[in-house]
Amino acid sequence: MTDNVKPSSLASIAAGNANRVPGKNALGTGLEARSVHAWFGKNHALANVSLDFAAGTVTALIGPSGCGKSTFIRTLNRMHEFIPTAAMAGEVLLDGRDIYASGVDVTKIRLKIGMVFQKPNPFPSMTIGENVLSGLKLAQLKQSNKEELMEECLVRAGLWNEVKDRLGAHGGSLSGGQQQRLCIARSLAVNPQVLLMDEPCSALDPGSTLRIEETIRELSETMTIIIVTHNMQQAARISDYTAFFLADGHPGMMIETGPTSQIFSNPKDKRTENYVTGRFG
Amino acid sequence: MSTATLNYPKPQKPWRPKQRDLVPTYLGVIATLLGTWALVEFTGLAGKLGAFGAAVLCTTVVSTFLAGRSRGKQAAKNAAVASLITSLALLAMFPVISILGTVLVRGTKGLYTGFFTTDMGLASVNDPLNVGGILHAIVGTFLMIVIATVISVPLGISTAIYLTEIRGPGSRLIRFLVQAMSGVPSIVAGLFIYSAIITGSGRGFNGLWGALALAILMLPTVARTAEEVLLLIAEDLREAGLALGATQWRTVAMVVVPAAKSGLITAMILGIARIAGETAPLLFTTGGGDATNLNPVDGVMGSIPFAIWKALISGSAESNARAWASILVLLVLVMILFFSARRLGKARR
Repeated sequence: MTDNVKPSSLASIAAGNANRVPGKNALGTGLEARSVHAWFGKNHALANVSLDFAAGTVTALIGPSGCGKSTFIRTLNRMHEFIPTAAMAGEVLLDGRDIYASGVDVTKIRLKIGMVFQKPNPFPSMTIGENVLSGLKLAQLKQSNKEELMEECLVRAGLWNEVKDRLGAHGGSLSGGQQQRLCIARSLAVNPQVLLMDEPCSALDPGSTLRIEETIRELSETMTIIIVTHNMQQAARISDYTAFFLADGHPGMMIETGPTSQIFSNPKDKRTENYVTGRFG
Repeated sequence: MSTATLNYPKPQKPWRPKQRDLVPTYLGVIATLLGTWALVEFTGLAGKLGAFGAAVLCTTVVSTFLAGRSRGKQAAKNAAVASLITSLALLAMFPVISILGTVLVRGTKGLYTGFFTTDMGLASVNDPLNVGGILHAIVGTFLMIVIATVISVPLGISTAIYLTEIRGPGSRLIRFLVQAMSGVPSIVAGLFIYSAIITGSGRGFNGLWGALALAILMLPTVARTAEEVLLLIAEDLREAGLALGATQWRTVAMVVVPAAKSGLITAMILGIARIAGETAPLLFTTGGGDATNLNPVDGVMGSIPFAIWKALISGSAESNARAWASILVLLVLVMILFFSARRLGKARR
């Protein structure tokens, strides 16, 4: 531990997973954002973010509300363009190829880069089992052993034991935490390379949060995960890398990025240090 | 930092197709136009509807082919469904645009400034178009709408508040009756007033009876729209008011209704638009006079729909033109009401 920053509890949590090896079984070679900017109308929401997400790593995006974290991850799977006034600049490379290049089929991109939203949103008209397999059905993918896949996804999302006896019940009958794990299981069924998570635990109780964090750790063996979180301890517990965003009167910017243990123990930027030590935000 | 700010790129929309990628689309548009022309020219398809059908067919085929060629089978299906739905939406617009166009073309011929300032009291149906006007009808319609609004808006909003806030006994029955009432044919409302009041009391036709018949029609529209608007107000707001120690009356009056204000105004304007063009309830109730009458409780009173009906059945070319001009005035009036409803609905949100 260096002497100018006191070893905080966050730093020691982060140090606990400093030696984790990125998942070797992860698909693809990862995701790379190159000087990404985002606008809503005239409002410059995000400026010049370059981040490299190596395959099989977990990256946490932290920062105060309104700093552009959510906007940023929505540019990573082209959900940003759904807002009519939205504009962007820069490149997002998946396996070295720009997902914004002309001629790229956006539906194929979203199959490879899945997303879990802040509020659990299981499809209300479908049962638990149908929800898990809904991605296959919506994208009209062929799958021979559906039952096996359904079980596998629910097991990986840490939900199998709780729902295995009531797969025919509606998704809405589950608790909030279970619904969110169902949404994770749903995004796993199409086997994405990258999973984007926008504050997936912000509406959940600590027990459910813990379960989802375990799920994320296990998933990172086989996929690249990018998670927006307001919970600093969560970032320290589960991520390999952390990026700190800040708006501060300007467009949101990425202030600092590095291994999570370093961001929480020895940040280079004063603003990052103030934020992770809880002096603001 | 400052140098970086200067080098910021321009906002782009990379998801929009580039000019180069649009070349097949342009070719597709040309192919669609050629195909439509060929279909109309060499097959039995004829007339405006035939041309429309041919255009829909060609657009669907070409867009499906283009999407399928560049992005596969699923994109092809997506394009086929998208062009079919767009065509159906256009088809639904067809009669509306056709009606508006006809009214605009025919209606403007009968218009002159005196049309709004004189009445038909001393003019006859065969007089030239620069004699007489529909002042009596505009005045009558205006007065009857005001009276019907004054009667039905308080009743309608009270009904909605009873159904959504008080939820007292009989709510389901009342809701059912209001829904059934909105299905009552408008002529029945007129007949009701005629048999209940006019033949019963022996008092003659006047504007008030017309306004009462209109109020019967307006009431369910106002009540149902207001109920839907009040149901949209989140339960949290009511609970927040009650949790501050307020009575239900204070909560409804100070929290719920103000929050729903713009929606309630929309309910009122939708109700007015519902009755502004009604003719049938006025046939048995107002008498449809030709002279301007400002007193709703004494003597026959004209209205725009009645004036249109009268002018159309009288048959002369002049009164025909006068009828179309009146239709134009009425349509513009109703459209102004609808647009103001939308503006008020959007404001203060």
